Amino acid sequence: MAETNGTGQGDPRDLAPIAVEIRRLDKWFGDFQVLADIDLTVKRGERIVICGPSGSGKSTLLRCINALEPFQAGELIVDGIKLTHDLKRIDEVRREVGMVFQQFNLFPHLTVLENCTLAPMHVRKVPKAQAEEAARLYLKRVRIPEQADKYPAQLSGGQQQRVAIARALCMNPKIMLFDEPTSALDPEMVKEVLDAMIELAQTGMTMLVVSHEMGFARQVANRVVFMDFGQIVEINEPNEFFAHPRHERTKLFLSQILK
Amino acid sequence: MGAATPIAYVRSRPAERRRPPVSARGPFAWLRQNLFSTPFNAVLTIVAMMALAWLVPPVIRFLLIDAVWVGADREACLAGPDGREVGACWPFVRERIFYFIYGSYPLGERWRVDLFFALFAFGAGWLLWLEAPRRTLGAAYFFVVLPIASFILLSGWPAVGLARVDTALWGGLLVTVVVAAVGIVLSLPLGIVLALGRRSKMPIVKFFSVAFIEFVRGVPLITVLFMASVMLPLFVPPAWSPDKLMRALVGVTVFSAAYMAEVVRAGLAAIPRGQFEAAQALGLSYGRMMRLIVLPQALRITIPNIVNSTVALFKDTTLVFFVGIFDFLRTIEVARADPKWATPVTSATGYAFAALFYFVCCWSMSLYARRLERRLSAGQGR
Ligand SMILES: Nc1ncnc2c1ncn2[C@@H]1O[C@H](COP(=O)(O)OP(=O)(O)OP(=O)(O)O)[C@@H](O)[C@H]1O
Ligand SMILES: [Mg+2]
Repeated sequence: MAETNGTGQGDPRDLAPIAVEIRRLDKWFGDFQVLADIDLTVKRGERIVICGPSGSGKSTLLRCINALEPFQAGELIVDGIKLTHDLKRIDEVRREVGMVFQQFNLFPHLTVLENCTLAPMHVRKVPKAQAEEAARLYLKRVRIPEQADKYPAQLSGGQQQRVAIARALCMNPKIMLFDEPTSALDPEMVKEVLDAMIELAQTGMTMLVVSHEMGFARQVANRVVFMDFGQIVEINEPNEFFAHPRHERTKLFLSQILK
Repeated sequence: MGAATPIAYVRSRPAERRRPPVSARGPFAWLRQNLFSTPFNAVLTIVAMMALAWLVPPVIRFLLIDAVWVGADREACLAGPDGREVGACWPFVRERIFYFIYGSYPLGERWRVDLFFALFAFGAGWLLWLEAPRRTLGAAYFFVVLPIASFILLSGWPAVGLARVDTALWGGLLVTVVVAAVGIVLSLPLGIVLALGRRSKMPIVKFFSVAFIEFVRGVPLITVLFMASVMLPLFVPPAWSPDKLMRALVGVTVFSAAYMAEVVRAGLAAIPRGQFEAAQALGLSYGRMMRLIVLPQALRITIPNIVNSTVALFKDTTLVFFVGIFDFLRTIEVARADPKWATPVTSATGYAFAALFYFVCCWSMSLYARRLERRLSAGQGR
């Protein structure tokens, strides 16, 4: 998939080795501080798995990266674009960052194919035929080419989530965000979605994944980030992270989820 | 518990299949379940039946059995020397029917009204028939082409050989349809804008939308109509001063836009946040997100309510009567005073005819809305 990723070929940003840079980021919901002093640098092609207890701010962090949530202090540079409140740059960032949600969020009034071609056609101004061709290619990659003309409600959860992945990929993003992509799925469908993500990882995509799928983290992640109370508590490469957690909170958390 | 119940059980032979017991099938069971299921329901059923028995026969007798079907003037509808009771005087309706349809629209130009009805029916059909091809084009036709074409057709454009017809001559069904159609065609887009304004993060936009919606909704239509017909001329230069019909149209549009805004708002509120977020995450701008993702879904679930508002608006159009417009009801009102047809039953006939007309129109719209509602709740799909 790396070769089809060349929307901005010749763009000097492609050479930039840093995909996401977060410096001392703080965010509040009213008086409640959701994110505190977040520092994280994600290299191009790197795959990060973020885990942590419910309410620790994982989703919020992810949503800051594509500007679905504003933040109040610190710095966030995505694909060389510094995020501020400037709407223009928000659009630029969102074009380069794909997101997959826990609840899929497919557009129910559009067919699978239309879900996939909508943004390329209207945001990137790709001609319809070309957008459809690309969409069919990605649907094939996630192994549901035969569902292109169905409506989302006619698909299983696992199929819907794979459509959501294909839909995001159709925009040729440089960075992919996944917010608990498998936690709304029945167990037997988890694997098909993880497989699609593993294949994506093998193409060299930069990925930030909020997930508690430890097998997936071990197999795919370059680093695992553990969050608690809106802070990053520990970062390590997966084998070390699971075998020898250092912080007390990490140990406690791992002992709970591995039980 | 006498003998110890065994823990395990294995069925030795399949259970026999039987028909339901007599008490659960046939017309008696149906009656019991639907009409007499509890003492209270039984009383209700009996009271309702008595009311029907008391009301329906006289109505049928008046409208059909005792009705006069042929005749040239009032003589036919007067009680005869034999003292026979006289019902509805249908020859009166038959003779004045063209007045009820066209008002005083010039005789030679009435084909223009017929053409307008046809164009309107075509557009409405295209839009309301969900399986129709190219419905987006249908919407463009109904909301853009039709209004412009109708305006030229009905009020005239000497340059293309269509003589001017002053709106003071318009009347009857024509005016009722024009007022209702203009009300819908304009109030829907206006309502959408107001509903979006009400959700806006910009305080001024939000304030004006809320103020407009709440003010108009807090005032009876008749007040809005009077305000439009009295105050509108004060705001525009005299040369541009809108005629009576135009003022009424503005009043009706303003009024129904406020209601439409609330209908659309309910639809917007039903769209999950995830839809907005998915659209934003794909890089869609606000306008595209609304146009391509949010409004199509919101309007689709709102169609039954839009049709219901249309029914209400259709009935409300009768109020333009009070600002001097000759709508359908007003033409009947005028005709029944005609000495040629003055009989004790003329008024009742006219009103019965009006009631039938409004009932058939509104009831068919409601039927359509209900069918649609069932279909939409049956699931997403096409
Ligand atoms: N829009 C909001 N307004 C106010 N508080 C919010 C909002 N969104 C999230 N929060 C709060 O912020 C905190 C972090 O939320 P977040 O969704 O980022 O957690 P999470 O780590 O993703 O949890 P989970 O594993 O349950 O998804 C929670 O305490 C939540 O209640
Ligand atoms: Mg979350």
